[in-house]
Formats: sequence, structure tokens, C-alpha cells
Amino acid sequence: MIHAAVGPEPIDPAQVLSRVGSAEDGAAVLFVGVVRDHADGRSVSGMRYDTYHEMAEDVLREIAHEAAARLGTDRLAVVHRTGELDIGEVSVAIAVSSPHRAESFDASRYVIEEIKKRLPVWKQEHYADGRVEWVPGTVPPGTGAPMDPSARERPVAGRGSHTAGGGQVA
Amino acid sequence: MPISVNALFFAAYRDLVGHSGLAVELREGATVGDLVSELRERGAPFDRLPAEPAVAVNRTYAFLDEPLSADDEVAFIPPVAGG
Repeated sequence: MIHAAVGPEPIDPAQVLSRVGSAEDGAAVLFVGVVRDHADGRSVSGMRYDTYHEMAEDVLREIAHEAAARLGTDRLAVVHRTGELDIGEVSVAIAVSSPHRAESFDASRYVIEEIKKRLPVWKQEHYADGRVEWVPGTVPPGTGAPMDPSARERPVAGRGSHTAGGGQVA
Repeated sequence: MPISVNALFFAAYRDLVGHSGLAVELREGATVGDLVSELRERGAPFDRLPAEPAVAVNRTYAFLDEPLSADDEVAFIPPVAGG
């Protein structure tokens, strides 16, 4: 059963892991993203995650289904937290399982990378000196200025990715 | 007949414009790009929005040439930073 959720409830990674696995699976991978205490040399005291909730759950479900196709099983669970998080709290947990390990590693990596590219979630770092800043992000593919029609058919390489290294996980 | 659409602003864009959302009247056949221009021409604070922002129409990412219909929900999406 594919499970994808976005919400303010604290994440229990063990519970997310318990959603996957079966007698035919020899591998399970659990990825946990955690709020860390520094970003670019600045001391971070916490993080706020905002989301466009109605869209985020759709996008996360879509990412989960794409990853499941790579995984070859439907045993995949992903949960993304929103709201105010302290240092050490879990912001995202991804669990997958498959008969062999390669597919599980690949699918879990796919989910976190796609989250960073296109999940409508934003994080605001709270610094120890009291300042707050939105973490620079990535322009999602498939939006903004129209591309030429031939490019539009392709799954997007190239557009958008001025990723900046904000402070936090993964 | 003019149409009315709902513009939504998130995160840094919400901070920029000071609104989380508002209804905007557009001419029939208007595109997302027309909505962006209409808002930016209002001056401050809307002129602080980028000319070519990422947007989602009815919760799906869309290009600026996407035509709009009455009651569409158009979200202005700052660069995303989940994980």
C-alpha cells in the first residue's frame, strides 16, 4: 500500500517503516530527514515548514507512485511534516521495501530528490541571533515562462534548479 | 464577460505582498501571464512579485501561457525547499 501524507503531526520513523515490508522482501530502506543546528556557518535554533497543503499531498502521492514504479512494489510510505520544528525533529521519513536492495535504495533516493525539486513546501530558518529567513529553494519543473513546444514534451531537464544550500537535512 | 480568479501567495511571496490570497478580475481568455501583469501593474506591493513566477493552476504546475477560467485557483509558488 502506497502511503503519502503531509501534515503537522510529529513523525515516528518506526511507524512509517512498519507500513512497508512483506514476506517476499529481502530489503527495506528508511530515510529520515532531520532539522540540524547549523546552516552556512550560522547557528540555527529551529525551522518552520509552510505548505500549500491541498497541492502538496497530490504532488507527494504522484512522486510516491513514480517511485513505486521504479521500486517494482507498492510498499512505499512517505510522510512530510509541516509547522514549527525544533532541532533534531524529523521533517520527512521515507520507507520502502523490495525483494532486493538496489530497488529500495534507488526508490528512496528518488523520493527525497523529487521532494526537493517539486513539493510545494517552504522552510524558514530561525537563527540563534533571533533572525528568520526563508531558505532559498528550487524552481519546480513545468512552470514559469512557457518553453518551446518541443521542449515541453520532455520531462524537464534544465529548467530551474538554482538550488541553494539551506540549512537542514539530506 | 470578465472572469474572477483566486490568486494565492505562499511563504516568501505572501510576505512580499502581505496577502495570502485575493480575488482578481480578468478579461475572458486571460492567461496566467495576464494575471501576473495585472497584479504587477497595481504597483506596490505587487510589483515585488517576479515577472515570470512559478505558478500552479488548480493545484497543478502550469506555464504562464495557460488560459484561465472563472474561479480558477492560481497559486504563486516561490522556489520550493522541502525535505
